[in-house]
Amino acid sequence: MYDPRISIIEKRLKKIGKVIAVSSGKGGVGKSLFASALALALTKKGFRTGLFDIDFTSPTTHIVLGAANLSPRESKGLIPPKIYGLKYMSLVFYIGNRSIPLRGADLSNVLVEMLATTLWGNLNFLVIDMPPGMSDLLLDVIKYVSKTHFLIVTTPSKMAFETVRRLMNLLRDLKVPILGVIENMKMDDSNYVEREVKSLGEKFLGEIHFDSGLEKALGDIKSLLKTSFMSEIEEAILAKNPEITS
Amino acid sequence: MHEWSLAEAIISAVFSIVERENLREVKEVHLRLGELQQIEVDILKFALLQMKTGKLSNAKFTVRTARAKFKCRACNHIWTFREMKIPSDIKESIHFIPEVAHAYIKCPECGSPDFDVIQGRGLWITSVKGVK
Repeated sequence: MYDPRISIIEKRLKKIGKVIAVSSGKGGVGKSLFASALALALTKKGFRTGLFDIDFTSPTTHIVLGAANLSPRESKGLIPPKIYGLKYMSLVFYIGNRSIPLRGADLSNVLVEMLATTLWGNLNFLVIDMPPGMSDLLLDVIKYVSKTHFLIVTTPSKMAFETVRRLMNLLRDLKVPILGVIENMKMDDSNYVEREVKSLGEKFLGEIHFDSGLEKALGDIKSLLKTSFMSEIEEAILAKNPEITS
Repeated sequence: MHEWSLAEAIISAVFSIVERENLREVKEVHLRLGELQQIEVDILKFALLQMKTGKLSNAKFTVRTARAKFKCRACNHIWTFREMKIPSDIKESIHFIPEVAHAYIKCPECGSPDFDVIQGRGLWITSVKGVK
C-alpha cells in the first residue's frame, strides 16, 4: 500500500524559494497575527508570498486578513485565492465556523492532502502559521516540507519561554534551521527572553511591543498596515534581520 | 477536477516505484479508492490515461472502491457514508479534504462528533506490476 500524495508534495513546493514556519511552544503568543503580518509585510516589500494556515482545528488568520468569504479556485488542483496580492490557504474555506475535532492521524492527512493538491506556483516565500506545540503537524512539516525555516514567537512570559526552549531543543535535535526568536507583546524593559535565547546559541530577532490598537485593525488589511505592530515587524524585525528574507 | 491533481500524484508515485524496483515497463497499477473522497472514477482514469508516459505508456489502471465506514468513539456504533443525507456543498468540501467530514458528520446513534473513518478514506496504490 502506497500513499500517492506523498510523492507529489516536493513538486508542488518546487517553485517556492523559502518556507518560514511561524511556531511557538504554546498558544496565545500572537503567532497567527505575526504570521499574517509577516506575510503581508513580505508582500508589501514586493515578494511573491503565500500564507498557509495549518492550525487546522483553530484557524484564525482569516480573521486577521478579513478573508473568510474567499475560496480557492479549482483547476487540476486548488489555486489559493489572493488577498492584498498574498496567496492564502486555510481549512476555513471548507469548514466555515464549524468545530472540527481531529485526532493526530487526521491532522496529518489534512496536511498531506493540502500539500499535495494546493498549487502555490512561483513564490519567494511561503509563511506557515503553525499550530502551537510539538505534535503531529510540527513533525509532518519537518518531514514533508524540506525547505522549512522556523521562526519562533514567544511573549515575555517565563511560562511561554519555557515551552519555546523545549521547541528549540527539539528543532535542534532534528537539525532543522531556526531563524530565531521574536519576543511579542513586550510591555516592560526586561531582557529575560533575549538573554535566554542568546544563552541557547540562537538568534534573538527583536521585540514587538504590545499594541492596544491592533484588535480594532483585525479584518481590515489597510488598517492593519498602519499599526505600530506592523511597523515594528517591518522596521525592527525585517530591516534588522536580512537573513529572514535572504 | 480534484481528480487531475490526484492522478498527477499517482503517476509521480508510480514513477518512484519504477525507479525503486528498477522496472523496465509497468503493466498494471491497482488503486484502492475510498468512497469518502467521492472521486469520479471515469475522470480519474481519463486523467491517468492522458498523463501516462514512458515506462507507464502501456500500463492498465484498475480502481477498486472501498465503502466509507465510520465508527463512533463514544458508543462504538458503525455506520456508512452512503446512508447519510449530506447536502451537495458539504459533500464537495469533503471531496477536497475528506477529514472535513469531522466538521459535518455526527454519530447517528449518540450525536458524538468523535468518530474514526475506519474504511474508505483516501486513495492508495495497492500494487504495481511490471517487467524488470
